[in-house]
Amino acid sequence: MAHHEHTADAAHHDDKPHGITRWLTTTNHKDIGTMYLVFSLAMFLIGGLFAMVVRAELFQPGLQFVDPGFFNQMTTMHALVMVFGAVMPATVGLANWMIPMQIGAPDMALPRMNLFSFWLLFFAFMLLLSTLFLPGGAPASGWTLYPPLVLQTGNAFPVAVFAIHLMGASSIMGSINVIVTIMNMRAPGMSLLKMPLFSWSWLITAYLLILVMPVLAGGVTMLLTDHFFATSFFNPAGGGDPVLFQHVFWFFGHPEVYIMILPAFGIVSEILQTFSRKPIFGYEAMVYAIASIAFLSFIVWAHHMFTVGMPLAGQMFFTLSTMLIAIPTGVKVFNWTATMWRGSITFEPPMLFAIAFLFLFTIGGFSGLMLAIAPADFQYQDTYFVVAHFHYVLVPGAVFAIMAAVYYWLPKWTGHMYDMKLAKFHFWMSTIFVNVLFFPQHFLGLAGMPRRIPDYATQFADWNMVSSIGAFGFGLSQLLFVYIIYKAAKGGEKATAQVWDNPPGLEWTVPSPAPYHTFDTAPEVK
Amino acid sequence: MANSKRMLAALTGAIAAAATLPARADWSLLNMPVGVTELSQEVHGLHMLILWVCVAIAVFTFGAMIYALVKFRKSKGAVADTTLLHSTKLEIAWTVVPVFILIGMAIPSVETLIKIEDTTGSEMTIKATGYQWFWQYDYLDSGVSFYSRLAESSNETRQLGSGKDPRGVEHYLLDVDHPLVIPTGTKVRLLLTANDVIHSWWVPDFGMKRDAIPGFINEMWIKVDADKPGTYRGQCAELCGRDHGFMPIVVVAKPKAEFDAWLAEQKAAAQPAPAEAAAATAALNSGAAEAVTLAKAE
Repeated sequence: MAHHEHTADAAHHDDKPHGITRWLTTTNHKDIGTMYLVFSLAMFLIGGLFAMVVRAELFQPGLQFVDPGFFNQMTTMHALVMVFGAVMPATVGLANWMIPMQIGAPDMALPRMNLFSFWLLFFAFMLLLSTLFLPGGAPASGWTLYPPLVLQTGNAFPVAVFAIHLMGASSIMGSINVIVTIMNMRAPGMSLLKMPLFSWSWLITAYLLILVMPVLAGGVTMLLTDHFFATSFFNPAGGGDPVLFQHVFWFFGHPEVYIMILPAFGIVSEILQTFSRKPIFGYEAMVYAIASIAFLSFIVWAHHMFTVGMPLAGQMFFTLSTMLIAIPTGVKVFNWTATMWRGSITFEPPMLFAIAFLFLFTIGGFSGLMLAIAPADFQYQDTYFVVAHFHYVLVPGAVFAIMAAVYYWLPKWTGHMYDMKLAKFHFWMSTIFVNVLFFPQHFLGLAGMPRRIPDYATQFADWNMVSSIGAFGFGLSQLLFVYIIYKAAKGGEKATAQVWDNPPGLEWTVPSPAPYHTFDTAPEVK
Repeated sequence: MANSKRMLAALTGAIAAAATLPARADWSLLNMPVGVTELSQEVHGLHMLILWVCVAIAVFTFGAMIYALVKFRKSKGAVADTTLLHSTKLEIAWTVVPVFILIGMAIPSVETLIKIEDTTGSEMTIKATGYQWFWQYDYLDSGVSFYSRLAESSNETRQLGSGKDPRGVEHYLLDVDHPLVIPTGTKVRLLLTANDVIHSWWVPDFGMKRDAIPGFINEMWIKVDADKPGTYRGQCAELCGRDHGFMPIVVVAKPKAEFDAWLAEQKAAAQPAPAEAAAATAALNSGAAEAVTLAKAE
């Protein structure tokens, strides 16, 4: 630890090493949060690059640029990098920065473990990305890693499995840290039901992570022993069952999608109240809705595998349990709408992204409801309809919420206002292109185009071209995002402590930029 | 801002591309096909039902959101009503109403599901086996067996840097050398398995998709309407490696009498020793020979 506690002014013990040493040795929640966010942005660009390769190949029918095997590596790596490298670390970065400030704590409860979990993640990704240069190339089995296909991976296989183990360990440590911090370090007077919704959503997310990351680790370890130690968990020739892996994977995988979206729910709740100038409608219902969604996420996993040939009763159960998710999700959407109702709304960049989230995430919710219906899913399964669905919930859903969060809290982090005009331009570009990119994919899927193919029948050519144009536009727009953040970090108009018009929450009671150490004495919450 | 200019140019391009579409649009490319079996028609009906329910809910929710965004703007002088924090009545309503909508959707879904899973009373059985990257069909009642691969015209064109235009190939990537032939108006049971990795058998016009899993046998059934003979095309739907995109499924549905004649012809052609002929064909494919031995062993 770097602070010299004997300096005269106790309010200013924010001395820290300069240069690279600061970032290598820091245990400060704000520095670690920044590292997570920067890491996530870098991964967002790398994962985006992989997506550009995919969309460039799909721009026209026929193979123009890449071998089909490399195409599969690109789709697989795109997903792994975006899920584990971009979206999850971004929400962890936000948690690190904001949870202590929202609950009035001076730091995270376990600062050294916090730093350890960041560096584990960093090296996990160096390993995963290095597989692109190994003989046989990167994993090409899809991020779902289904055996027996995944066992055909080249030298990348054990490396990728080890990388997943490291990511899992990192996530579990991060989650323990969030839970311990929230349970033990809330300011006096802040009962759980007074806690801001972003912190609430992360508390529940942390429990989900702790429950499911070990399941994924177990699943990939079984793959590893099947490959190297002659076990037969998933090998039918030895009495195993390839479908068992799918059950294990999706028991992790479905809660995983809520791990990505619950923090987004929290962010959107914070932003809608600030820019509607009105507290969230039905606060308790919002908390219970998040908790119900988290619970339901454990009993719906097999809706990802309706075509594997489950018993009729199983298909009915998973259809019905999945449909139930629509109820708490509906409650959230209606409460958000009611939050804006009779408010006094302004349209700053964070609010714009939150509104786009509200509309576009809901579209993803509708297609999700359609996918829940097993007989119809027999047609939708493994088509571009599914691709459209999960990109609607993940891009204008989770990613837009993360961008909204950055635009909401960036002045608090840097002490500077960012370029509002440019940010609004970034918003419009992103929102238009994201729809050009993903909406036509609904049509492609319904008309019969399977997912994960590098080339397609000519009747799918038009919509693929539109979708690719959308992808290039969306990709380029994100360079603007990087530039806006860079510019605000370097300088700009000084931000006030409140930044916005009387926003709720303790984070707005400290100056901007937030001092290195906040809340030396715990604030009182009434 | 060169960046923004480039984006505007791309945006204009996208809009222009989208605008030309309706002129030459084949609207069947926007939605699920109605298909040619009773099941596919039922599944299509179910799909349209859920779609319209979603559209109705969307009109209501998005309508409320848009109304709020227009009406309650600060720039229009809206003042926040900070007492509107909670309404038990409303909250019960928007929890209970969706329950009824969902029940309304669940009942027809379950009915269709039961029908789909009922393979009893089938009149013939065909086994489809997925390989990396082709299909094998075995007519279990008559011993006819053959492989079905991507047609050569598509195969030449699809090679990286072939210089050939896919638009010049008829049924590009959806054509095979030996299509599966089935009779119309007959309940055909399809047994699905695979020999290497998981594949998935899907013809959109039949409204059904099922995985072909090594070591396991899945089943599904098809009954093409008696008045709808024709050629129906689909693809492998489960990522199965490098050439996953290049193992199409083509089914020719013939009237019963024509089918019987075709089957008799196949039987005659396959004499003598159909198994050896099949094995010889397979041996030409590097790596597949061993797989065939395994297939016979099971």
